[in-house]
Amino acid sequence: MLKINKNNLSALFAKIAESNELYLPVKSAGKTNFAAWDEAAEVDLDTLKTVKSPKDAFFPQSENLYSCHKEDGKTKIVPEKLEDAPFVVFGIRACDVRAIDVLDRVFLSEPVDSYYAARREHGIIVSYACHAPETSCFCKTFGIDCAAPAGDVVTWMIGDELYWDAKTPKGEKLTALVADLLTDADAAAVEAEQTAIRSIYEKLPNGTLSLEGWGAEAAQTRFDSPIWEQLYKPCLACGTCTFVCPTCQCYDIKDYNTGNGIQRYRCWDSCMYSDFTMMAHGNNRTSQMQRFRQRFMHKLAYYPANNEGMYSCVGCGRCVDKCPSHLNIVKVIKAFGKEGV
Amino acid sequence: MQELINRAKALLESGEVARVLGWRKGENVWDVEPAFFNNAEELENFVYNGFCGANLSKYMIEASKLEGKTLVFLKPCDTYSFNQLTKEHRVDREKAYIIGVGCKGKLKVENIDAKGILDVIGADYPDAAETLTVKTLYGDTEVSYKSAMLERCHVCKGKEHMVYDELIGESVDTIDADRFAEVAKIEAMSPEEKFAFFQSELSKCIRCNACRNVCPACSCRKCVFDSNKFDSAQKANTTSFEEKMFHIIRAFHVAGRCTDCGECSRVCPQGIPLHLFNRKFIKDINELYGDFQAGADIDARGPLTNFQLDDCEPDIVTKRG
Repeated sequence: MLKINKNNLSALFAKIAESNELYLPVKSAGKTNFAAWDEAAEVDLDTLKTVKSPKDAFFPQSENLYSCHKEDGKTKIVPEKLEDAPFVVFGIRACDVRAIDVLDRVFLSEPVDSYYAARREHGIIVSYACHAPETSCFCKTFGIDCAAPAGDVVTWMIGDELYWDAKTPKGEKLTALVADLLTDADAAAVEAEQTAIRSIYEKLPNGTLSLEGWGAEAAQTRFDSPIWEQLYKPCLACGTCTFVCPTCQCYDIKDYNTGNGIQRYRCWDSCMYSDFTMMAHGNNRTSQMQRFRQRFMHKLAYYPANNEGMYSCVGCGRCVDKCPSHLNIVKVIKAFGKEGV
Repeated sequence: MQELINRAKALLESGEVARVLGWRKGENVWDVEPAFFNNAEELENFVYNGFCGANLSKYMIEASKLEGKTLVFLKPCDTYSFNQLTKEHRVDREKAYIIGVGCKGKLKVENIDAKGILDVIGADYPDAAETLTVKTLYGDTEVSYKSAMLERCHVCKGKEHMVYDELIGESVDTIDADRFAEVAKIEAMSPEEKFAFFQSELSKCIRCNACRNVCPACSCRKCVFDSNKFDSAQKANTTSFEEKMFHIIRAFHVAGRCTDCGECSRVCPQGIPLHLFNRKFIKDINELYGDFQAGADIDARGPLTNFQLDDCEPDIVTKRG
């Protein structure tokens, strides 16, 4: 166990940024999101939940895949360069680290997504324990411990000291890079902090939800439930829940007309949108109720059916905080729990 | 609140209305959701409190297509949107039974500067609390009601309902700011400062379309941004230019029709002050054509759809500097 004083964090960030692109929570125009670090950045480690998750670091909202243009009467295709330099994402919470596992199972299974795989190979995750969980958190429901995140390096802010614990070879390498700035520390402080965090977590209203009836079998038992018809009504069909979600991984591929060619890019899509998975024959989900059901069934039934029971919700609670109509996965889980169907 | 529930039950029972459009209790005092109620039992979950900011007018587009009348509860500011939608033939006045509800300003839980909020005591209507007691995981704290209010309530259009069948409940005046002060501040900026301001705000946009989908003036059956034959389709900004264009096009599209209901800014997950675009248009319209409030009535022709020989010429934009 190592540590560094809060006052030296900018030196730590500067040292990391010398040889790695560094992403971390930055406050800009009043909101905190993951952004590239520079000396002018207002780093914000106090805000528990960035508006968007750190998903962008590995799977950006919009990215070019390749571009085409005419050259000497022929179409020339220029592939986008894959990530080939190490980068560090600092300050990822336990739920968001798990979310990367969820994405891995999608993008790293065959056929492997080369853009994502390149970023995963070069990305180093420095996670950050949650000193003060919020009311909307429910990560423990999915077996996540916000006091002990996974990651290449795990950190805890205790008083004015950031405790630093490398967990993987990638983490060891990063630790070696900044070794001059770190001092030895006693692990007892971290254990006390973990106990404190867990005792706060116990008080959360939705800290542990019952997932009884969810999982693979729900695909059969809950698809036709009349509860969906009651639940979806206030849904505005916006994409807020999907775009703030750390595990939503659907994307669309589009062409951007550059005037003398095209940039073929992909961008996050949302199952809430009316043209989601539009095909030549039309759309296979034609009502908002169906689209609404799809999102929650994907998280709680279809994904677990295909991934040994692993859910693709991590209980970060961003949708709980951000839905304009205050619909969310907690309400869905509870509504089915109450009905017992 | 019980008076609203009783009245809704009576109207349902008499057959005057077929359903009720109101707000449903959430898990917490702040996460109320717009909802339809079909019977007395469902109305047990009806709620009207300080967190009922959602403007229900737009849901009346769908309700107008249903059999029978819908009882809808509208706050004073919501009635402007309802009128505007009536004027645009998007809702059917005959299909609505409107109960105008009193309003003492609506709250936004994000505006409460406290962590781990468990309950907000004093947010229940109609107990006109000056102070809210906030119970949190980390101890209790007090905040003033006003500090937790939505931006739009500080510049309220007034507590008079523009359309209703009956009124229930008292209102409290909440104005404590000038509606156009923020716009004037931006107008006074240099072009470079303006650009930097909008760049910093709009670069946060995640193109979730919540502002568009909640907007009562955005009632097109199919939005131009939903067309898959259009380069500027929804979902993502391909360029930093586009992230500005979406909002600017939308502001132009609702100019003269926007009632300044403030829903766009209420729902934006990134806290972008989107209402400032619309309010700039309203300020310009007021200055160039005389004071006009969209949705104040259903008869007046809007200044932008009512050509007059003495209208200002387009070059006014350059002439006035």
